[in-house]
Amino acid sequence: MKNKTTHLIECKNVSLSYDGNCVLENANFYVDRGDYLCIVGENGSGKSTLVKALLSLKKVSQGEIIFASDVGCKKIGYLPQRTNVQKDFPATVREVVLSGCLGTSLSPIWSLSDKLKADRNMERLGIGDIAGRCFRDLSGGQQQRALLARALCAAGSILLLDEPTAGLDPIVTKEMYRILEELNREEGMTIIMVSHDFDAAMRYATKILHLERSVKFFGARDEYMESDVFGRWGNDRGL
Amino acid sequence: MIEVFETLAEYFSLKYVISALIVGVLISVCSSLLGVSLVLKRCSMIGDGLSHVAFGALALASVLGFAPLAFSVPIVVIAAVILLRISENAKIGGDAAIAMISSASLALGVIFVSLSGMNTDITSYMFGSLVALERGDVIISVILSVFILVFYLLFFKRIFAVTFDENFARATGISTEIYKTAIAIITAITIAVGMRVIGAMLISALVIFPALTSMRIFGSFRGVAISSVIVAGVCAFVGISASCLFSLPAGASIVVSNMAAFCVFSVIGFFKRRLNKG
Repeated sequence: MKNKTTHLIECKNVSLSYDGNCVLENANFYVDRGDYLCIVGENGSGKSTLVKALLSLKKVSQGEIIFASDVGCKKIGYLPQRTNVQKDFPATVREVVLSGCLGTSLSPIWSLSDKLKADRNMERLGIGDIAGRCFRDLSGGQQQRALLARALCAAGSILLLDEPTAGLDPIVTKEMYRILEELNREEGMTIIMVSHDFDAAMRYATKILHLERSVKFFGARDEYMESDVFGRWGNDRGL
Repeated sequence: MIEVFETLAEYFSLKYVISALIVGVLISVCSSLLGVSLVLKRCSMIGDGLSHVAFGALALASVLGFAPLAFSVPIVVIAAVILLRISENAKIGGDAAIAMISSASLALGVIFVSLSGMNTDITSYMFGSLVALERGDVIISVILSVFILVFYLLFFKRIFAVTFDENFARATGISTEIYKTAIAIITAITIAVGMRVIGAMLISALVIFPALTSMRIFGSFRGVAISSVIVAGVCAFVGISASCLFSLPAGASIVVSNMAAFCVFSVIGFFKRRLNKG
């Protein structure tokens, strides 16, 4: 029997562990439609594990994650951290973006609507003209856009991004944030982002989730900036 | 030149050469398709490990007097599933564990061989032979390759997704385990069947070479897959022909022609990239 929630996603008393070691304890928070939630915290604070749990790639050891009835974890567009495997992978941008359309269809060929969806998302991110190029020959920023287009193909109305700007140069990083802001503001896309980029998190997010093996803060950005957690963290970082 | 073709035609009218040609080409094509996934997933070592396990199993079968294929296929399939688990579990040092299993199986195989008295069957398993084939091998390799081709055609989209980004594929609801296990099991069967023509020491080359060769030139997954199949088929044909003409070992000839193809593709790829930049 599944519980219902009035939010888009709600985490109730969620605990996560790796090999018996607890990495996140008793987390309570929720995400509403149109939110721009940044998950911040030091390395090993349980951020990436939480992302995996939201995608159902990892079982929660206690508590539960509840999705609104019209969405499911399979409707989340996921932008993972880039892996080494992909650096020399022979695949065209179109092949990569199309793979976001997989869903549950068992058809061996791509349907017309899948192709149109992929084309639309490539246009939207300004990579329509490099659709036939090889993924491994692209710059970091272009690769990240291709992966974001793939995530958009898979997304219903939620994007989940794991360090989307890691390894990108400042100009490309700024461009990436602009795209995300646009998706959030103009298309009402709900964005959940794990970030090391503290300044950007403060600038764009509407809500902050600060983790340190448990939830240290959850709430609106403005409240966060006045909170003790922010003060301590900010001081440590010389802000 | 015409004499060469006449000699070849003579060979190709021999029944055992035709069998070897069918098995050699089909097994090469199958291995190359599987190789595209294995190489890109950084699992090439699995192919190598499995061929050594298959050798050990075949040697044991000959000591015990069991039918070679029927005995070795199940063992190699089990080994494939175990090797896949090991290579995923980074904690025990996947590559070292695979190297351990593969050399241990080889050692056991050699001991079994010496127990049964040196017999030509076993040396042909190590380096391959055109004459070791039976009618059953031909039938099995035809069934196997039809199965693999259909599997790749039906699930090409998913195989790409799982190979390119396993976490993302899982997040969209694909059960990646099924695909990975299926590929490992098919690889095991392909290796066990192909070992007798190509040889246990050489068959992993057929898994690795065509994919790497095609990656020199092609930038799309589909392109690499199609090119691998063609390269593998042509190289197997050329290798077996050369083996007939110059009485060379069949497996080694196929691997050497794959090596030549790799060099040619590398050179073409080099100039292609230069041209694109300039």
